[in-house]
Amino acid sequence: MSTGQQVNNGVGPVSFARRKVVGALAALGGVAIAPGLVLYEFAQAAPDAGKSTGASSKVRWGMLIDTTLCTPGCTACVDACRTENGLGPVTRATDVQWIRKVELKDRKTGAVQSAPVMCQHCAEPPCVDVCPTGASFKRADGIVLVDRHTCIGCRYCVMACPYMARSFVHEPITEQKTEVPRGKGCVESCTLCVQRVDRGSTPACVEACTAIDKGAMVFGDLNDPQSDIARRIRARASVQIRADLRLDTGVRYQGL
Amino acid sequence: MAKPMLMQIEGRAGFWTVAALFGALLAAALGAAHYMETNGHVVTGMNNQIVWGLPHVFAVFLIVAASGALNVASIASVFGRSDYKPLAPLSGWLAVALLTGGLAVLVLDLGRPERLVVAMTHYNLKSIFAWNMLLYNGFFLLVAIYLWTMLQPGAQRWSKAAGSAAFVWRLILTTGTGSIFGFLIAREAYSSAVLAPTFIALSLVYGMAIYFVVLIALCAGSGRELGGAALGRLARLQGWFIVVALYLVAVFHLTNGYMAKQAGVERFLLWDGGVYPLLFWIGQILLGSLVPLAILWHPRLHGSHAAVAFASLLVIGGGIAQMYVTIIGAQAWPIDLFPGREAHSSFFDGVVHAYVPSVAELLLGLGGIAIAALATLAGVRFLRLVPQSASDAVLAPPAGG
Repeated sequence: MSTGQQVNNGVGPVSFARRKVVGALAALGGVAIAPGLVLYEFAQAAPDAGKSTGASSKVRWGMLIDTTLCTPGCTACVDACRTENGLGPVTRATDVQWIRKVELKDRKTGAVQSAPVMCQHCAEPPCVDVCPTGASFKRADGIVLVDRHTCIGCRYCVMACPYMARSFVHEPITEQKTEVPRGKGCVESCTLCVQRVDRGSTPACVEACTAIDKGAMVFGDLNDPQSDIARRIRARASVQIRADLRLDTGVRYQGL
Repeated sequence: MAKPMLMQIEGRAGFWTVAALFGALLAAALGAAHYMETNGHVVTGMNNQIVWGLPHVFAVFLIVAASGALNVASIASVFGRSDYKPLAPLSGWLAVALLTGGLAVLVLDLGRPERLVVAMTHYNLKSIFAWNMLLYNGFFLLVAIYLWTMLQPGAQRWSKAAGSAAFVWRLILTTGTGSIFGFLIAREAYSSAVLAPTFIALSLVYGMAIYFVVLIALCAGSGRELGGAALGRLARLQGWFIVVALYLVAVFHLTNGYMAKQAGVERFLLWDGGVYPLLFWIGQILLGSLVPLAILWHPRLHGSHAAVAFASLLVIGGGIAQMYVTIIGAQAWPIDLFPGREAHSSFFDGVVHAYVPSVAELLLGLGGIAIAALATLAGVRFLRLVPQSASDAVLAPPAGG
């Protein structure tokens, strides 16, 4: 202890009233710090429980989308994303959209295609570069996320993302999922359903696409040569959207 | 040369009326910010495609102008024109006031303004935004020191060193502001290193214009003399600043227009983009540059208080128009993820994005001007920033100068 004593030693004799003030400030400081210390203890205790080993840089999570298997107008992936992450239905232009179906038509040939587009989980993400507080970050396994505690809502990442993948929460949020904390005034985007991936499952969009026998979306470890996604990418040419930017996206497309 | 004497502005009825008007505007702006903060940005015209709206237009304008407001002080201290020294303290104070106003708007427009402390304690040093936060703080510090050297008796010998440091810093600062946009690879209208020097040139123009308006208003309001010859010299210099800014704006658009992949956005901003070409040609170029240039270089007008004030107000209006085109026009143009294909989606792929600013956004933006104005009024009321007389006798150039 004590802050009060240290202050007193520095200035010599002090009046009783000043001692009381300094003592009260020290007590106030203690009250302010105590909950933080308790939380810190909890946070430190978590790894010891052995529940999480953290993301590994040996893994590069990615997704392969075969647009030849994707039906125009089908929104199974979009619906599954909204349900899984508690995003609710889209009723306004300002509502968040983590994944969207982009319907494409070639200007010369008229060829029609459909492609789900979401955060491309770049190896060199512009959103992470521009974020002033470091709230936008990339996990060791390549998943790009937003730390909802340090996002100040400046929207510079939305300006910087070449994929229109980020959304700003324009309204108060009432119903959130425990595993997907969200908040008004912060930016968010596709997390590759990190809560599912960390449990060893696949993103909800991929699961939904597979469930209706489309199989247009494959999720896996791009670094593992034996993984389904790596084998498919080896077997048939794939492209990255805006490959000219050389962001090394984790999401690849076939058929585009 | 008569001995210049710096004096506070007297607190007459007119002074307090102006202060009350800006106070009311600030109160309205704070109310607007509270409304936006409570309800979320859904009550603004902004959306997920145009995420930076009218508040950013005002904020960036004020921040850019802050750097240019230092012009007159730099002329006196850095470029050795000691005849302008009596006008320098106001120049320094105005720079700080404008930066404060601009930053306040930026902060109040954040999604989470209460997390300002997070922005001050968490720095991603790869982010130009983070660099800018350091640059803004450095600017405050350097200009504060510079002002101290100008106002503290006996400290004047440090004035040139402090002024030079502030001058270099302001160039870096505006490079940083321009680079907020110039480094964005996602938007076709940006992604150009030319934006940094363009912003520096624009800052010279906007800051000088605001300085003219403030100086002329203060002198008129407090019954102080302001020499036509001295004002005319600065007005002619402002003309050259406008020419340099026009040149860089032309280079920027010509390089963009020359590149096939960016021709679309240039056509949108300069020809068929609705409000944006209108704001560019009529607002920024004609009323904001060419007409003021004609006034400021007119042999019979450049010493006239009314003419210079009018030209300066036009420049300020043109500056707001320029920021609107630069910030909002660039976002309105859709990002092309799939070149060569038509795209449409529920997230507005492939279409020009609509933006109609709300009253709350306008009030918040004007609040930045109110903060800058109130800070300026407080400065001139309580500090000796303005010469008792700025007559041509007081501001006469040294022999041969």
